[in-house]
Amino acid sequence: MTIPITPDLIATHQLTQAEYDKIVSLLGGREPTYTELGIFSVMWSEHCSYKSSRIHLKKLPTQSHRVLVGPGENAGIIDIGASPTGERYAIAFKIESHNHPSFIEPFQGAATGVGGILRDIFTMGARPLAVMDAIRFGRLDDPKTGARNRRILEGVVSGIAHYGNCFGVPTVGGECAFEDGYSGNPLVNVFALGVFRHDEIFFGRATGVGNPVIYVGAKTGRDGVHGATMASAEFTEEAKQKRPNVQVGDPFMEKLLLEACLEAMRTGAIVGIQDMGAAGLTCSTCEMGSRAGTGVEIDLMYVPQRETGMTPYEIMLSESQERMLLVAEKGREDEVFAVFKKWGLDAVTVGQVTGDGLLRVRNHGEVVAEISNRALADEAPLYNRPYTKPLSLAGDTPETLPTHLSPLATLLAILASADVCNKRWIWEQYDHMVRTNTTLGPGGDAAIIRIKETGTSIAMTLDGNGRYCALNPREGTKLLVAECCRNLSTVGALPVAATNNLNFGNPERPEIMAQLVESIEGMAEACTFFETPITGGNVSLYNETLGEGIYPTPVLGVVGLLGDIIPVTTAFKHVDRDIILLGGLGHPDMAQMGGTQYAKQIIKKMWGVPPALDMEYEKRVHSAIREIVREQLVESSHDCSDGGLAVALAECCFGGVGAKIEVDYSIEPELLLFHEGPSRILVSTRFSAQVQKIALFYGIEAPRIGSTIEGRLQVSNDSTVLIDCAIEDLRRPWDEALQTILHPEQHPHG
Amino acid sequence: MKFGVVVFPGSNCDHDCWYSTSHDLGHEAEFIWHDSTNLGNADAVILPGGFSYGDYLRCGAIAKFSPVMSAVKRFAADGGLVLGICNGFQILTEAGLLPGALVRNRDLKFICRQVELTTETTDSPFTNEATRGQHLHIPIAHGEGCYTADDHTLDQLEREDRVLFRYVDNPNGSMRNIAGILNERRNVMGMMPHPDRASHPLMGSTDGLIVWRSVVQALATVSK
Repeated sequence: MTIPITPDLIATHQLTQAEYDKIVSLLGGREPTYTELGIFSVMWSEHCSYKSSRIHLKKLPTQSHRVLVGPGENAGIIDIGASPTGERYAIAFKIESHNHPSFIEPFQGAATGVGGILRDIFTMGARPLAVMDAIRFGRLDDPKTGARNRRILEGVVSGIAHYGNCFGVPTVGGECAFEDGYSGNPLVNVFALGVFRHDEIFFGRATGVGNPVIYVGAKTGRDGVHGATMASAEFTEEAKQKRPNVQVGDPFMEKLLLEACLEAMRTGAIVGIQDMGAAGLTCSTCEMGSRAGTGVEIDLMYVPQRETGMTPYEIMLSESQERMLLVAEKGREDEVFAVFKKWGLDAVTVGQVTGDGLLRVRNHGEVVAEISNRALADEAPLYNRPYTKPLSLAGDTPETLPTHLSPLATLLAILASADVCNKRWIWEQYDHMVRTNTTLGPGGDAAIIRIKETGTSIAMTLDGNGRYCALNPREGTKLLVAECCRNLSTVGALPVAATNNLNFGNPERPEIMAQLVESIEGMAEACTFFETPITGGNVSLYNETLGEGIYPTPVLGVVGLLGDIIPVTTAFKHVDRDIILLGGLGHPDMAQMGGTQYAKQIIKKMWGVPPALDMEYEKRVHSAIREIVREQLVESSHDCSDGGLAVALAECCFGGVGAKIEVDYSIEPELLLFHEGPSRILVSTRFSAQVQKIALFYGIEAPRIGSTIEGRLQVSNDSTVLIDCAIEDLRRPWDEALQTILHPEQHPHG
Repeated sequence: MKFGVVVFPGSNCDHDCWYSTSHDLGHEAEFIWHDSTNLGNADAVILPGGFSYGDYLRCGAIAKFSPVMSAVKRFAADGGLVLGICNGFQILTEAGLLPGALVRNRDLKFICRQVELTTETTDSPFTNEATRGQHLHIPIAHGEGCYTADDHTLDQLEREDRVLFRYVDNPNGSMRNIAGILNERRNVMGMMPHPDRASHPLMGSTDGLIVWRSVVQALATVSK
C-alpha cells in the first residue's frame, strides 16, 4: 500500500512547505516515500538537527589542550592525565534532556533519560562512573497544580533511581528547583560521565566498505515512534494522548548491553558503534554513514522485532531502548556474536557499509528508502530565527523591604523552602556509592569521584539559575558559569570543561529566541574566560504548554580535575577556628535583590537585575581558594549562593559546630544576610594569616568575620544581634521540609 | 587465600567486592561466572549486590536457579564460607540457604545511606575480628531490605546466637532490627549493608574490612 504524501501529512510531520521542497530537491526532484518522509521528519526535527540553535551554538568555545573530542560525537572527551604506569586516561561526559517525556510519563520518561545518556557514554567505550540530574518542577504547594507537581517529582525521582540503581552507576549529585513555569514543563536534564584509556575510544563511524552492520540489544517495538518530533513541539491539551510515544526502559538490559559492548570492543573486531537514541535506527545509520562519508544499506527483515506487523516506517522511527548499532570488521563477526551470546543478547547482521554515501533501507529486498546520509545528517535546515529583546518578567523594584519578619524568621522560611531545603529525600533514593568511587556525594558544592586507575579525582557540578536568566539571560548565564566554576574551586578542583543543556521555550517567538541567543552569547563569553570549553550538550526548545513557557534555563555541567587530596567539605569541623569570607561581603543594592531566594520566598516577587559579576575578580577568588585547599589550610569550605551569606552559614553549621559572626557594615540586614552576590566562599581555618596572605596575593578581600563556636549560629552587625539560634532549630526545618511537603502524614525518619 | 566473587547478569557490586578484597584487603580475588558449575579453587565465596537477572519476579528469585548456585549449595554443605551481601543475601534466602525473606522497605523507597550497626555475635567466621557490641559504620543501598520471618524463626535465630548485626536506627523496618544473619552451621551469612563500600578511608569508613579479615582469620585457623 502506498500512502500518498499530502500537505496534511507533511504538516503532521512538523515539516514546513519550504522544508518539504528541500527534501524533494535533495531527492533529485522526486516525492519521498512515506518511510522517507518519516525519516526526514525526525532527522530534521529540532531535537535532532538543532536547526534553530546551531547557528548560535557555533559561538561557544569548544577547544583546549585537554579536549580530545568536542561537540558532534555522542559525548565530549577530555584528557585527565596518566596512570602511575604511564597509560593515558580520559573522561567522556555529556548532558541530555528528557523534558517532554517526563511530563507525559514521569517515571519512564526520566528512567529512559538516564538510559539514553548512559548509552552515549559507553558507546564511546567509556564505563559510566557517575550520573547527576538537574530537575525542575512546578511549585509543590500550589493549590491548583501542587498535586500534579508532587506526582511528577515522585515519578521522576523514582524513575532516575530505578534506572541508575539497577544499571549500577552512582547518582552523585545534581540540583532541584521549583517555579510555576515548570508546572506544565518539568525539566529533567541528566548528566553522565565515564572513564577509559585513550586507546579505548570508539566513534560512531561506519568505515570500511563491505563491513557488516550489526544490530545488538533489545528488540524493536512500536514504542517511542516520533519521540524526537514530539520533543520539538509545544504541548497542547492532547499531550496526554502522546503517552504511547514515551519509551519504556529496562535497566537490566542496559547493564547487559554495557558489559557486552565493552567486552566486544576489547576483541578489536569493532570499527564503529553508536547507540540508538532519539530517532533510533534512522539516526544511528545515517549519522554513522555521514561521519565516515560512506553509505549504509540495511534490510529491515533482519531487525529483531518485539511486535508483529511493524511497517518499515515504524521500525525506522521506533525509539525502543537499549539498542546499539555497530560496524564490525568483515570476517570477524563471530567474535562479536560470541560476546553478545554470552550476555544473552540479540546480535544480528542487518546490512553492510557501502561506498555510495546513501542510506538504503530495504524491506524483504524491496527498497523503501534511499537518501543521501549527508542530506539527512548535515543538510538539515538551518534557521537564523528573528529575535528581539528577551522577554522580561521583572516587576518594579520595591522602594523598601517589608520589616514584619525578623532576620531569623526570614532565614528559617528560606531554609524550609523547597528550593533551599535538604534534598536528602531525593538523593537517598539514588545509589550514590556503587562502584566505590564516590568520595564526595550529594549535598555538597560539588561531587567528587576517585579514578582508581590514575589515583586522582574528578569533581563535577551541575547547576542552573532560571530566575537570574529570566531577569537577564546574558548576565544570568555568565553567573551560572561562574557559580559552577566556583563550586569546583571550592572543593579544590580546577574546572576544565563543560557540557550544556539549553532549556528554552518556543524559538519561533522572537522574544524567546532572544533569550536563547543572549544566553548562548553569555555562556560563550564566560566559558572562554573561565577556560571551560563546551564539549557537547543538548538543546531543548518548545518547553511550553498551553502558551505558558519556562524561565530561560540553561543548565551547565562542569568537570574539574583534583589531585589525590582528601575532599574538603561544607561543615565546620572544630570550634575556635577563624571564619573567613573569601571575596568579601559584596556590594548589593535593592535592584540586585530581585532574583534572590529572599525575593522569591519572602516578598514573592521578582524584579530588577541579577547580581553584578566581575569575572576577573571571580576568577581570582577561584585561584585563591584552590591554592588554599591544596595547601590544606582550611577545615571547611562552602560557597555562598542561593539564600546568600545567612543560608551558607547555616549550612556550614549543620555538622553540629556553630558560628559567631560579627561584622560592621552599614547596610540593611536583609541585604547583608540574603543578597546573592557571586565571588564569595566561606572557610574555617586555623591558619588565618596564611589564608589572608594568599588572598592578598590574588588581590581579593578576605575579611575574618567571626569564629566557630559550639551549638549556635549568632550573627550581629555593628553590635546589633540579627540572628541567634540553636543549630538544631535551624537544621530541623531545613532537613524535614521536603518530606513534610510531599508526605505531611508521615513522620520523617532518621 | 582466595575470594570468589560470583557474577550474575545484573550483579553490579561484583567489581566492588573484588576490588575491596583484592586491593583494600590485599588478598586474591577472582570472578565466577553464573553459568559455571564449580567455584574454581575459591576459599570463600561472595554473592555480591546488584540486580541479578534484573530482580524480575522477586529479588533473587531467578538467580537461585542459575548453575552456579548448585555449586554454591554444595560448597556450603561442605562447610565452605559463603557471604551474601545485599542482593546476595536476598538470593541466599530465596535459595533456602538462609531463613526468612527480604521484602520492600517500610517506606517503600530505595534507601542509600551510611548506617550504624551493632555486632551481635563474634562467634562466627565473619565477625571474629570484631568485639561483641562493636558499632560498625557500613552503608546500605536497597529497596527490598526489610528482613522478615515468623516469630519462631526469629526466636530461634536469637536463641542460637545467629543474628550477626542489628541496625542502631532501623532504616527499613527489618524485624527486630536485623541487618545480618547466619545459617545453623554458621558458615553461610547474609547482610544487607555493604562491607565492600566501607573498606577505604576515602569511602568514609573501613569497618567493612573487619568482615573480610574475619574470613581470613577463620580460614587461617582452619588450615592450621
